[in-house]
Parts: sequence; C-alpha cells; structure tokens
Amino acid sequence: MKKEKDFDINNCYTISGKLALPYTYFAGRTGSTFITHIRDNKKIMGVRCNHCNKVFIPPRQTCEKCLSMISDNWVELENQGEILNYTVVRYDDNHLPRKAPFILAMIKLGKADTPVIHIVEGISINDVKEGLKVKAVFAEKTTNTILDIDHFEPV
Amino acid sequence: MGHRKKNRNVGIVGIGETKFSSHREDVNQPEMINEAVRDALNDAGLSIDDVECVVHGNMELFEMIHQPDLWHTLGTGAYGKDAYRLTTGGTTGGTLVAAADNLVASGMYDVVLAIGFEKLQEGHTTGGITNMADPLWARKLQSGALTDSAAVKVIAEFGEERAKRAAMTYRIIMDKHACLNPNSHRAFGLDWDQMDDLIKNSPPLIGNLRLIHMCSQSDGACAMIFASEEKAKSITDKPVWVRDHICIHREETLNLCNNYYPNQTTHKFAAEKLYERNGITDPVEYFDVFEMYDPSAWWGMDWIRDFFLLKDDEHIKLIENKDIMIDGKIPINPSGGVIAANPIGATAMVRVAEAAKQIRGNAGPHQIPRQVNHALASSFGGTMWTILFMLEKELNW
Repeated sequence: MKKEKDFDINNCYTISGKLALPYTYFAGRTGSTFITHIRDNKKIMGVRCNHCNKVFIPPRQTCEKCLSMISDNWVELENQGEILNYTVVRYDDNHLPRKAPFILAMIKLGKADTPVIHIVEGISINDVKEGLKVKAVFAEKTTNTILDIDHFEPV
Repeated sequence: MGHRKKNRNVGIVGIGETKFSSHREDVNQPEMINEAVRDALNDAGLSIDDVECVVHGNMELFEMIHQPDLWHTLGTGAYGKDAYRLTTGGTTGGTLVAAADNLVASGMYDVVLAIGFEKLQEGHTTGGITNMADPLWARKLQSGALTDSAAVKVIAEFGEERAKRAAMTYRIIMDKHACLNPNSHRAFGLDWDQMDDLIKNSPPLIGNLRLIHMCSQSDGACAMIFASEEKAKSITDKPVWVRDHICIHREETLNLCNNYYPNQTTHKFAAEKLYERNGITDPVEYFDVFEMYDPSAWWGMDWIRDFFLLKDDEHIKLIENKDIMIDGKIPINPSGGVIAANPIGATAMVRVAEAAKQIRGNAGPHQIPRQVNHALASSFGGTMWTILFMLEKELNW
C-alpha cells in the first residue's frame, strides 16, 4: 500500500468552491403553535397521544407509534424538569450555539413523557449530574426557534 | 441482461397522493408526507401495523436536509419497521416502485409502503442540482436542468414550423388533461387559438425551450402500497399487477461531458428489451394508457417515438391527430404529466400511481372513458436513466 507521502502531487491543483444552499423551512401549524406559545406566553407545550397514553415534546401531528392524529391534544408542560442525561461539548465550531465547553442535556419536563434537548448553564461542567432539577430561562429576544428558550439552569 | 422471471406476483393495493402545489406553508415535511401515507392506507383499508417495510426517497439536498428518512418517521410510520432510503435523481420515484416490487417479489416482505416526496419551495433546486456537475469542467458552464437538446434534434429532423407546432400541440393537450386532474399544480386552461401566440411569445429559457414547455417546481408526496399476490387478493378486489419493470442507465455519459450522445436512448433500449421479454409486438396497440415522465413538451413529443418504437414521423402524427388525448387511440398522461406537477422525488412514482388508477377505473375526472387493461409508465432522470413499468388489470399474461 502507498503511504501518503509517496504520492506525487507536483503540478496538481485543487479548486476551492462554495455552494449556496439557502432554505426556508415551513414549520407547519403544530411546530408554529409550539414556538408561539414559548414566545408569547412563556409556556412549553406538548401533545398527548390518547391511544398510547404518552405526552410528546417536541409536539408532532402524528404519534410516532400508532400514527394517530394527535396535534389537537395540547398539554401545558411544566417549565422545569430533570436531567436524564448530558454531555459536554468541548470543541468550537460555527454551528454551535455556545463557546466550548458547554453542557447539552436531555431534560424531562414535568408532565412530559419524552425528553427535550437543550443547553444547561449556571452550573460547572464538573458538577452537572443526572437527576439534577433544572428550569427554563426564556430568551429576551425571539428567533422563532427552540432558542426562544435560551437555556436551562438549576432550580 | 441478467433478468429472471419474478419469484412471485406483486400487486398495487393502495395509492395516495397529496394535492400538488407551489407552496405548503401549513405543513412541515413529515406532515405533508403523512397526507399521502394516510391516503394510501385508507385506500388499501390497511393500518400502519400491516406494513412491514417502508421505502422512502427524494432528491439529495433539494430541501437542504440530510437523512430525511430519519426525521420523517412521524409522517411515514416507519417507526420500528425495516426501512430503506433511495435517491436516484429524477428517477427516484420509479426506483422506489422498482425496489418495492423487488422486495415483495423476492419474498422478503409481503407488504411494502413506498413514499416519494419533494418540498421544493423550502430549498434551492438549482443549488442542489449544480452539485452533480464536475467542478473543473462543467460546474461553471452548465444550464442546470434546462436544455433544448430535444428541440434541436426535432427541429433538425422535421423543420422548425412542424416541430414547434407539434411541441405546442403536445403542451396544450397536457394542459387540457391537467385541467381535469384535481391534484394538478399547474392547469392554465390553454386552448388551440393560443398556439401561435405561445410559440412566439412565451418567455424563452434556453434555445427553443420556452417557459410554457417546461415543468414546474412543486411540493407534494405520493405513497403506494405493494403486496404479494396472496395478500393483494385479500386486501382488495382491484389489485393492479406490476407485470414487469426494467431499469436502464448510461450515467457514464455525464462524465464524458455530454460529448457522446448515444444514437440509441435509454428509453428506446428499455422499451425494446421490455417488450421483447414480454412478447409485446405493437405497443401502441397493446397499451391503453401511457404515463410518461415528460420534463418538457419537447422531450415528451420526442420520446413518444422511443417508447413506442415508432418510425419516422409516426410519433408526430400521433400528436397532430390528437391520438394521445384522453379519449384518443393511445392516451398519454391523462393526469397532465410532469409539466402539470413536478414534486421531483414523487414525480416518477406519480406516473405509476396514475397509470394504476386508470386500470382500477377510479382516477377521477381524468379517468379515460373506456376500459383500461394494460398500462405503461416511465421514469426519467440523471443524464440518461430510464425505468419502464408494465401494469396489468388481469393476471393472465
């Protein structure tokens, strides 16, 4: 097998390019309702599948298990819950929402059956642990995305 | 070619389509897909629990999303099921049908749900499609999906006047069909007295290809359910049988920078092989309907000759005599075809779905007004890629 240093790359060039791939995501009525409740009422909403007896966040039009239409069954969740699991992001890149290191956690809110992923602040990366109770801190400025919840912090 | 007879027969038992349109701001992608899935399940009288495997596809990058099959699960119902994602450019919808046909015929699954979708308004089609071209040779020089190669060819052979009139006749026929189909994205109500005006004044795109000739960018989804013969007969009293399909491509012509244009197209090659192995000697006589993947009126008119193995100007005459109209000798695209709606990842599947509905006799206002027993449906994509399907009402071949 050839080693990398053995390849003769004299007189070979590379082309640097950039693809423009703009997009406009249509959030749909269910997703839009979720965001406007956070933005306007500081309320985090889930939807219940009455057939499977499960409350989902993020909300969705159909139950992932039985495919029933559930988007009208809104449930107001508690703005606080507990960390089910977490990781520490330890590298920096443009797409990341915070400078490293920061905590990303799966948080199970009160009245919800599924966790939501979000940033946890206000606690050292050495002290964060499963079972920690955290509450939502809402963003001062809306972006009409999940970042209308700015982060979670210990209760 | 390494082709063997099917291991067992495969029937189409459920068909679902969304309305096709330029915008769907009221639904996100899984919600839009779910409309077609729900429609197909209702059509078959099945629940999602009856589906064993889900095959999902669309164009790469067109919505600027990666692995859409994963995050569309809420709409597709693929949770906990075996699933595949396929993306083969314009043929995607046809590849999905071919895969579902093979998955059932092989005995791997008894019931397979195939789903094609596109939500082009969310992305940037040209941004996605420019990825196809070689960055050194072609990316800065290409015209995307727009080409007038068929116009050049047809005009050279039949003269400008006849070629342009035939292309516009084809276009107006397609619009007349589109006006009958409630799911059409574009249905203008064109009429014959507009022919000269459209030929002269429709905005030019490239060469002799004008805006009126070209297909749209549409949002929409199509879902189809395929079942083994035994299952199909228990699910519905009107299964449509996928008698055979053939997939032919010459993708190498792209990397040759289109310098080499084969004399024989993949369409003609596919048609010859398919008819030969099924004993079809006169396809115009045999088939009762043809749903063609016709990206533009120029391509559509030119390709009739390849698909039906016609000679000289026989295909032009079929258009001029309006034999391809819904009540004609060999109706082509009673749905209005691709020029009426082009949700790309679904488009080729819609051809098969519409052909199958014609056989069932419940296509709706665009149902052909006589018995349909044998249908042909085509897929087109890439540089040179054809899939051809033969559908049958009866299991008697």
